[in-house]
Amino acid sequence: MPLIENGRAVADPWVSLADDAPLTPDSHVIVSFARWQAEREALSVRNAPLGVRLPSNVSADAIAPDLERFALVAVEFPKFRDGRGFSTARALRERYGYTGEIRAVGHVIADQYPLLVRCGVSTVEVPEGANVETWARTLNTMTVAYQAGLSAEEPLSLLRRRVTAA
Amino acid sequence: MTYMQPRHNAGIYRYDEVDRQFVRERVEQFRFQVERRLKGELSEDEFKPLRLMNGLYLQLHAYMLRIAIPYGTLTAHQMRGLSNIARRYDKGYGHFSTRQNLQLHWIKLEDTPDILGELAEFDMHAIQTSGNCVRNVTTDQFAGATPDEVVDPRVYAEVLRQWTAIHPEFSFLPRKFKIGITGTTNDRAAVRIHDIGLVAKKNAEGRIGFEVYVGGGLGRTPFIAPKTRDWVDEEDLIAYIEAVLRVYNQAGRRDNAFKARIKILVHETKLDKFIELVEDEFARVRGPKFRLEPEIVASIRSHFAPPPFEELPAVSESYARRRCEDPAFGAWTRTSVHPHKAPGYASVTISLKPTGGVPGDISSAQMNVVADLAERYSFGEIRSTHEQNLVLAHVKQDDLFALWQALSAVGLATANVGLIGDIIACPGLDYCSLANARSIPIAQALSERFADSARQSEIGDFKIKISGCINACGHHHVGAVGILGVDKKGEEFYQITLGGNAELDASLGDILGPALKADEAVDAVERIVELYLERRQPGERFLATLARIGQAPFKETAYAAD
Amino acid sequence: MALKAITANRLRDGAVVWLGPQNDWVERIEAASTYDEAGAQAALDVAQEDERRNIVVAIYTFDVELVNGAPVPLRTKERIRALGPSVRTDVGKQADRLDRAAA
Repeated sequence: MPLIENGRAVADPWVSLADDAPLTPDSHVIVSFARWQAEREALSVRNAPLGVRLPSNVSADAIAPDLERFALVAVEFPKFRDGRGFSTARALRERYGYTGEIRAVGHVIADQYPLLVRCGVSTVEVPEGANVETWARTLNTMTVAYQAGLSAEEPLSLLRRRVTAA
Repeated sequence: MTYMQPRHNAGIYRYDEVDRQFVRERVEQFRFQVERRLKGELSEDEFKPLRLMNGLYLQLHAYMLRIAIPYGTLTAHQMRGLSNIARRYDKGYGHFSTRQNLQLHWIKLEDTPDILGELAEFDMHAIQTSGNCVRNVTTDQFAGATPDEVVDPRVYAEVLRQWTAIHPEFSFLPRKFKIGITGTTNDRAAVRIHDIGLVAKKNAEGRIGFEVYVGGGLGRTPFIAPKTRDWVDEEDLIAYIEAVLRVYNQAGRRDNAFKARIKILVHETKLDKFIELVEDEFARVRGPKFRLEPEIVASIRSHFAPPPFEELPAVSESYARRRCEDPAFGAWTRTSVHPHKAPGYASVTISLKPTGGVPGDISSAQMNVVADLAERYSFGEIRSTHEQNLVLAHVKQDDLFALWQALSAVGLATANVGLIGDIIACPGLDYCSLANARSIPIAQALSERFADSARQSEIGDFKIKISGCINACGHHHVGAVGILGVDKKGEEFYQITLGGNAELDASLGDILGPALKADEAVDAVERIVELYLERRQPGERFLATLARIGQAPFKETAYAAD
Repeated sequence: MALKAITANRLRDGAVVWLGPQNDWVERIEAASTYDEAGAQAALDVAQEDERRNIVVAIYTFDVELVNGAPVPLRTKERIRALGPSVRTDVGKQADRLDRAAA
């Protein structure tokens, strides 16, 4: 599926590994949270970058102790209306200081893109045939925010921030 | 950053260019969303939350637009703007809701970006008046004027309005989220039926803080919000509310829309455990990043500085005399005039409940009159109340007679504020696609039945609240008499509840008995009131009589055959 | 057996409309088509095409009876949709009707 970063389509070096697929030693793989829990040992000794996919009912707390093992955390949005992933992304960045890639996966719509970025999301997996222009446009529409977020921002007076596209 | 010099003395948060840019950008964002929807690039399912977050509902006859009136305050200029919008884009009238907002019922989707663009020209919008996000923060209609005020809640309502506007983490909550705030224990903002209710107060050292209640709400499973904290210091307000919202966003139910409000989470988690979750999160969030700085509070407070009151004697002689001489004026002063902390001033409630009228409705022409009167008599400032009336907060007693005459001329001087004729009713099945029954006709019938002014005075304080469906937008659960419209085999029936109260010692009404047809329900309410008059002790309000003699006598009389 | 009609709201302006005899969307219930159960299902399939084409939303079938040849809804909600608010007879389709009659 296409990947968006900073409002542009980018190549994706990552592969999502099905739970029953064999572990490949050298590639970037994303495993499910369930698989991580079941196969910690095996996954921990790999040299290649590892990603984990969190379902929406798993919070950042669940992988907090292991964060340095993951170059990527995929935060799942089963339906775009299920906004738990925003809290998950934000907790990863803000509470746990996670500096790896946070990828929003599942069903998200372009209008959520700026909110995702302000919660610390780096990349978004979009549907096949998605209009990248639309995603770029939604990212840059709102330049003023009224609360501290995690994207580049310049504090103004009162609670306001000038938000610039990442 | 300097602020624009105020051109008027109205106590509202005055936008600067940053605020204006935000609203303009939001309009363009919505315009693009509408464009994509009409082209089919957004499905209805994807578009729906986006239009709801701009206050646009698909309703029975057309789209309904709910315009935000932040904590119920607006200027005369804004009221004229709303009048204009109602006239040009709607059918020349609007409806004030039980959350202090204004609803227009005949809106077209394709007009809405332009409407929002025009609203932006006078610093208004429809941001987050619907949707699964934080809605309009509501407050006391007499804020900044009433003598019983300890802390002006508008300041913090504005802080929260800003901080919750397009909050990136909390725009896709499990369900809607409503915050109410009062600055006095004489709560006129119904804080206990909100998802978060705040009572602003001062501690022994004079510091400002908040008593916090979480998990109130009406609807299918009504709850009065329990207290979660006796004291949240002013500087921790944002951190604490972030904590509550985060616990809710993560733990609120996502599988069942009818069980997704925070009231269900509080109830199912059990209060102690819920408080623990919030306190854990609060401990983590608290700190410099979310500290509400005193400078910010002071700056916002400056927008709500008292207007330049004249030095006047505490009681205006001409007013005192007129009240006695003119019985109609006198009757109006006893219902519409609320004391003011500045000597010689008063707050005036404009009743939008004319006998037999549609509760909360107002025409474009009437809106313009209210705007003119606000400019002439109340520093250009207007409030809306959650009981669907309007307020001019700062009127000289000397001016009350002239004001009353002007209001009378346009049907806005009904002397029933707070009395049984001051009925709260949702739009119901006449307008709303969620409704099971009409609510307005029964409100009208009750209004006519109790039209007599002397009789209303005799009955005294009495709140009838009517909802056309279990979503309870008419707040029937917290009416002294609540009426819920239901559908029984395709016919409209009405279920009566007794004993509800939206004040700080809030209570939910109890169902009286089987649902009745409209005319039977009106008769039943009359008999209930008659029994109250018969059985009450001197000065005893309805709820106290009900508590003393129990529901049984009322049930008996309500269902007695003619 | 209950007679059915099909109603929706037009996407652009939210106006209440009914499926008409040419599978078009009509603005007055007098002009709406009526169907038996089977016919209603077939008509619904056609109607849903228009939902996919972003012309209408919120399509549903409802019961009607024929009075002087015109469909009249059995339930209050659909009667109000056809006429307008019962408490403001000067607005809505009922008012348009009066305007047309006066013209």
